[in-house]
Parts: sequence; C-alpha cells; structure tokens
Amino acid sequence: MRLISRLLAATALTLAFGTAAASAKTLVYCSEGSPEGFDPALYTAGTTFDASSRAVYNRLVEFKHGSTEIEPGLAESWEVSEDGTEYTFKLRPDVKFQTTDFFTPTRALNADDVIYSFERQLSGDNAWNQYVPGASWEYFNGMGFPDLIKSIEKVDDLTVKFTLNRPEAPFLADLAMDFASIMSKEYADQLEANGNMEQLNQQPLGTGPFQFVAYQPDAVIRYKAHPDYWAGKQPIDDLVFAITSDASVRAQKLLANECQIMPYPNAADVASMKDNDALNVLEQEGLNVAYMAYNTTQAPFDKVEVRKALNMAINKEAIIDAVFQGAAVPAKNPIPPTMWSYNDAIKDDPYDPEAAKKMLEEAGVTDLSMKIWAMPVSRPYMLNARRAAELMQADLQKIGVNSEVVSYEWGEYLDKSKAKDRDGAVMLGWTGDNGDPDNFLDTLLGCDAVGGNNRAQWCNEEFDALVSKAKEISDQGERAKLYEQAQEVFKREAPWLTIDHSTVVMPMQKSVQNFVQDPLGYHRFDGVDLAE
Amino acid sequence: MLRFFLSRVLVLIPTFIGVSIVAFAFIRLLPGDPVALMAGERVMDPERHAQIMAQLGYDRPLIVQYLDYLFGLFTGDFGTSIVTKRGVAGEFFTLFPATLELSFCAIVIAVAIGVPAGVFAAVKRGSWFDQITMGAALVGYSMPIFWWGLLLIILFSGTLGWTPVSGRISLLYYFPQVTGFMLIDSLLSGQEGAFTSALSHLILPSVVLATIPLAVIARQTRSAMLEVLGEDYVRTARAKGLSRFRVVGVHALRNAMIPVITTIGLQVGVLMAGAILTETIFSWPGIGKWMVDSVFRRDYPVVQGGLLLIALVIMIVNLVVDVLYGVINPRVRAR
Repeated sequence: MRLISRLLAATALTLAFGTAAASAKTLVYCSEGSPEGFDPALYTAGTTFDASSRAVYNRLVEFKHGSTEIEPGLAESWEVSEDGTEYTFKLRPDVKFQTTDFFTPTRALNADDVIYSFERQLSGDNAWNQYVPGASWEYFNGMGFPDLIKSIEKVDDLTVKFTLNRPEAPFLADLAMDFASIMSKEYADQLEANGNMEQLNQQPLGTGPFQFVAYQPDAVIRYKAHPDYWAGKQPIDDLVFAITSDASVRAQKLLANECQIMPYPNAADVASMKDNDALNVLEQEGLNVAYMAYNTTQAPFDKVEVRKALNMAINKEAIIDAVFQGAAVPAKNPIPPTMWSYNDAIKDDPYDPEAAKKMLEEAGVTDLSMKIWAMPVSRPYMLNARRAAELMQADLQKIGVNSEVVSYEWGEYLDKSKAKDRDGAVMLGWTGDNGDPDNFLDTLLGCDAVGGNNRAQWCNEEFDALVSKAKEISDQGERAKLYEQAQEVFKREAPWLTIDHSTVVMPMQKSVQNFVQDPLGYHRFDGVDLAE
Repeated sequence: MLRFFLSRVLVLIPTFIGVSIVAFAFIRLLPGDPVALMAGERVMDPERHAQIMAQLGYDRPLIVQYLDYLFGLFTGDFGTSIVTKRGVAGEFFTLFPATLELSFCAIVIAVAIGVPAGVFAAVKRGSWFDQITMGAALVGYSMPIFWWGLLLIILFSGTLGWTPVSGRISLLYYFPQVTGFMLIDSLLSGQEGAFTSALSHLILPSVVLATIPLAVIARQTRSAMLEVLGEDYVRTARAKGLSRFRVVGVHALRNAMIPVITTIGLQVGVLMAGAILTETIFSWPGIGKWMVDSVFRRDYPVVQGGLLLIALVIMIVNLVVDVLYGVINPRVRAR
C-alpha cells in the first residue's frame, strides 16, 4: 500500500515538474558540501548558511549585496535611543511567508515572528530551546546575546523593541547575521502541535528569495523562486545546489556546464579557468586574515624588538606564491582591506633579514629556538599551513633562529593553542562574521580574550581602551578613527606576524549574470540571472 | 543445512557485540570532541562546553554511555546525529541504497570480467594474454583510486564528453525516491531518458570502484584454476575424452570457485572502503562519504551506528558466502 501511494505521488510529481521543467530558467550551483541542517541558528558553517539563511530566510537588517554595510531588510526602518540601549524596528508590511507543499501560511510577517526567532535562542524555558538534542545556539551565544539582550517587546503588530543591557555598536551588524534569521511562528506552532518540531531543521520556511523544495542528502538541494517575495520575484525560476565536495570535480562539472557556478576552485586550476573563453572568473579579497601569534607573555617573545625582528625575517610574498599561487595579498593589519576603518597609512615591517638579525642581536637574544605551530587543516585564509611553516622555518634559519614545526589534530590544536603558558608561535586565522572591525580587533586581541581567542595572550591597555570605547559609540566615523589608532598600536607592538588576506575566486559560466561576490563569503543568488 | 545455518547465525551475536565495543571506543579514542569542533576557531566558553556535553549525555561515565547505547541498539535506536540532528538509522537507509547500487554494479563488473580473465589466463598459462592480464591486474591492484577516478573523469567526461562528470542522474530529472535505487526509480518515474541518464552516471564510478576487486578476483581465479587444473581428476576427465570446455568450465571451475567466492565475499569489505573515495570523487551520495564526514566532525552517534550497520552488512554477506560454500561443496555443511 505504501509503495503504491509513493508510486502515485511520483507520477503526480513527474507530471507537475515534467511540464514545468522545459521552460524554467534553472541555475545550478556546484556547492562544496552538504548543509548540516536548515536552521541557521544551530550552526556556524558557511555551507549551511548558503543553503539555509541566505536562500530561504531574511533578517531585520541585511548586508548590502557585495558589501558589509547594513541596509533595511524585514525592518524598513529603525530608531536607536540616545543612550544606545534601545532599538525600535518598524517591520515592512505585507511580507509573505513562502507557501510550500508542507505549509500554507495564513498571515503575513508580524512582530510575533521576530520575537519567536530570538526567544527560542534566548530562553531555556522556551519549548523550542532544545527542540533538537544539544542545540547550542552557537553564534547567539558567541556574539554575547544572552548577556546583551535585556528584553524584546512587541510594541504593536509591526513594531518590535530590543532593550540592551549596555550600548553595543556592532548590534545592528549582528542582526544581519545568519542566526538572526526570522522564522515563521505560525509554521513553528503547527510543527509543535503535530509533535514534529525537528522538521524545522529539515524543511525550512521563511520570507526569503527562494523557497525550499527538496533535499537529497549529500546530493542535491532544490529551491524555486518565491513568487510573492517582498523585493520582487527572482529572475531565475529554479535554483539547484549540486553538492560536489572535490574541487577538481567541481571544475570539471563547470567546464561541462553541468553547473554554471562553483566556489573554492583549486589554486592550481585558476589560471586555466581564466584562459577559458566560456568562463568568467571573479576575484575579491576575502574578509579574512591569517596570522602567527607569538606568546607575548613568554620570554623572549615578551620583547617588542624580538617580535619585530622575527616579522622582518619572514618573506610573506614567498609564502603567498608557494601556498596560494598568488591568490592572496600580504597582510599588514589585523583586519582586511575590504573592511571599513582599515588603516592603509600603516607601513608594514619590511622583509629585511639583515636588519632582523641585527635587531635580535641588539635585543641581546642569541641562539633562539622556537616552535612554529602549523594547523593540520586547510582553511580559506591558509591553504597549507605546513608548507607555510616550512618556509618560515627556512627564513628564520637565515637569521640564526632555529625553529621546529609542530602540529596536532585540529580539535586538540585549537584547544592547546589557547593555553596562556603555551610554548611557541601559533599559526591561525579568522574569517569575519558580521563585517564589523570589533569582530576582529576585540574578539582576537582584546584583554578579555586572553586565554581564549587571543592566541598572542596580548593585553595592551592602550589598544584595549580604544577598541572598548569604539564599541560604545554608534557614530561610524568616530568608531573608524578609534580603530585606525588601534591598528597603529597593534603594528607598533607586533603581537602577531600578519601573514595574508586570501583572495576568494568564483569561476562561472559566462551565461551567469549579476552575480556579486560577497566579502563575508556568502554565496547569494538573489538578483542572479541566466542569459538565454 | 539448517543446523549449519543456525550455527553461523549464532556466531554473529558475539561478533556484533564486539563490533559495537570497537565502534564505541574508536571514535572516543580520537582527540577532540564534537562540541569543541562545532565552534571551530571561535573559542567556546569552558562552562558552556561542559553544559552542552552534559545535554548530549557525554559527561557520564563511559560504561554508562556504552550500556545506554547498547540498550538503544536492542530497541532499534541507533541514536541521533549531533550535527544534522537526524536519526542515524534513517540517514543510513537513505544513503545506503546509493552505495549498494554502486557496489553491486562494481562487483558485477569485477566478477564478469575478473573470473573469465582469470580462467583464460590459467588455461593459457605463460601466453601473452596471461602476461598482459596479470600485469594489468597488478597495476589495477596498486591503483590510487582518487587519481584513477579523476583521470577517467578528465578523459571521458572532460575531453571526450561521453559520460557525465558526477552525481547519480542529470539534474533535469526530478522525481521522489521510491526504492532509493536510481536505476529502478528512474524506470518507475516514466520520464523519458531518465533511465539512460542514471545508467550513464553509473558507468565511471562503477568502473573505478570495480578496479581493485577485479584485479584481486582475476589473480585469485587464475591461481585457484592453476591448482585445480593440475589435479588428478582433471587429468582423468581429459583422459575420458571430455571436451576442453567441459573439463575447464564444469569440472575445474566448480572446485576453483570455492576460494574465489571467499575472495568475492571479502571484496565486499574492500568495496565499502573503496566507496569512501569513489563516492567523494563522483559526488555519489552514499554512506562512505557520510562516515568520513562524521569522523571529522566527531559525530559519535553516526560513527558508532554507521560502523555497526556497515559491519552488519558485511557479516550478512559473509553469512551468505558461508551458505554458498555449503551449496557448492557439500563437505562443508557435513562438517
């Protein structure tokens, strides 16, 4: 009986799609992996966000296409109180949720949806807080929201007020992040009533540009354009994610036009792709940084001159050539050049082994031996840490510093490298979450982060005062000035060797139009068209 | 025969428990834990880390966790993935048909080519055919699968354009999975060209996955045949004036098949291991890639449950092989 009903369903679907498929405009994206699930607040991976939050959902505010600036999303306007602790959002009227074969909404977006989307993460008593086992709401907690949010109130159907415990300038940028995606409370209520809550993580439903159709694990995700999308229906009719985890195979699929666009090509394939007449290759500096953090609490690395000397001994260009085949730029600041407040006036420490050697001698350091920690995994900001470490080792050898390259399993590496008494300089990196400089400068170098994200264990009062102050002001111009000064302090003190900002490369068929690269690393398909 | 069968089934029980212990211990012996890995570069507050580990039940003594897991197994509960939050058994049975379809095609190719090649090489021992076949088998056996797969893709999909690059079927076709086997589902869908598309997608991955088993089976068949062809009864059969085909195909091959069937049975385990690489290259949504991803994410329930289910499949195949011995060789079941 069950087989018969499935067969009938199959026939019905075949008829429905068989006729539609002929005329539909379909964009196939060779994605790099499977989403972990479809509730973006539960996860931290970009692959998951591309498949869930960026396709299916919207947020109160959004990142402008191709930038880290904030623009209105589901909130058409907002007001911030004088003291910076109250944010009142006016919601866009008549925003329709998607109608799918698993849910038909009866009402438009309202304040209840917004409150539900945050309450489920905020309150342990909320029925949705543990709707799947071990729901950790990683970003909500990671961005400090439990301590930050005092209350979220419904003023009227289309007005929501967030009250904070303290002023927090990056708050708006945080609300454009994936965990702040707005879900349908009506859909959630229905799932709860049916005792089928975990479906929220498997069949997403939001207000976004594309609506979810089906997911075959590890193979294909299908979406179609949301016909009633508040910003207008998308130019393409169907969006398909063909999950292809190997970069060489993705490249072959793109060349065969089995997909029209792909992320993360092999560095070695980029040159031939650029020469191919059928392809367009877009490039943009990523919102990331790779660094090597000295342990500034351990002698002799507690001396600025020693850290500076080591920085001057290392040839970053050679690392970029060997590891990225040129697809990266040398880093001089801890934040990438695409980020506002980037201080371009700062001069990088030059590559000068002779001067470095002299500087070490003057600092009274001889026979220095050190460890270089190399990550065991490839990350977007550092494709091959082992290779980079070996080049550094050779460079250091030239100024008489003996070094040993060490590595651990990834989980262990992350854990051990946090230790305050850690021996050696740690290679690591960061990819921006919300486009705010605070997300780099305070998160990675603030005094509070010592023993945690601050792998240099560097607590500098002057730097910390600047970034803390910048967090409390809402005027971006003033904040930028403080961050520029903070970068000067950073360069003077050199707690890190800043290595590179990698370039993000997106090859695509020439038929793909209006694809905009995103500095935050998202792959968004709203606005994308296909030439006939 | 029934007694023989039951005795083989009984042996499965301690094996199953043994595998459950190994699977449980294996993933926990690896450094790192699922919660820390979920946070990645973003450092998680140790208190929150402990809290989430407790929510997942990983703060309890190992023996309690194991007994809980074992109890779950006996009630058919293989646990829930920490990452995808889906049931492990559900995920397994969604992905398994893809692996099974691919492995089945691979083993068919391996047997269909490997056995005749081995027999022929044995009969023509020392000939150019024997030399070339055994040389090719040696190369095939030592072939790095990942490289071999990419090479075939670049040649047949890229340069010649004869086969699709990867996936199970062209994305133009969309129909719900009824059986999970794409060849069958594409036929059931009634969509024109769907079956051909599914078949064309199967060719390269099956050939790649079949490469090592084919080489092993060809070599094993050859050596088993050589041994049997030297036996007295074969000489007798020849002396009786039986046709060469009858001597080789009926008298010799039947006896030579016993070690070959063992080898084929053992290749199922090799196929599961080979599937990991083949599935990754050809974006084949099977259990191989699922298991590897889960090991990297330290998704304890998936690794435990998945290993156990894979072991169960291999045990069942071995049971079938044992029973087949009995069919081919009556002395086995008499023992």
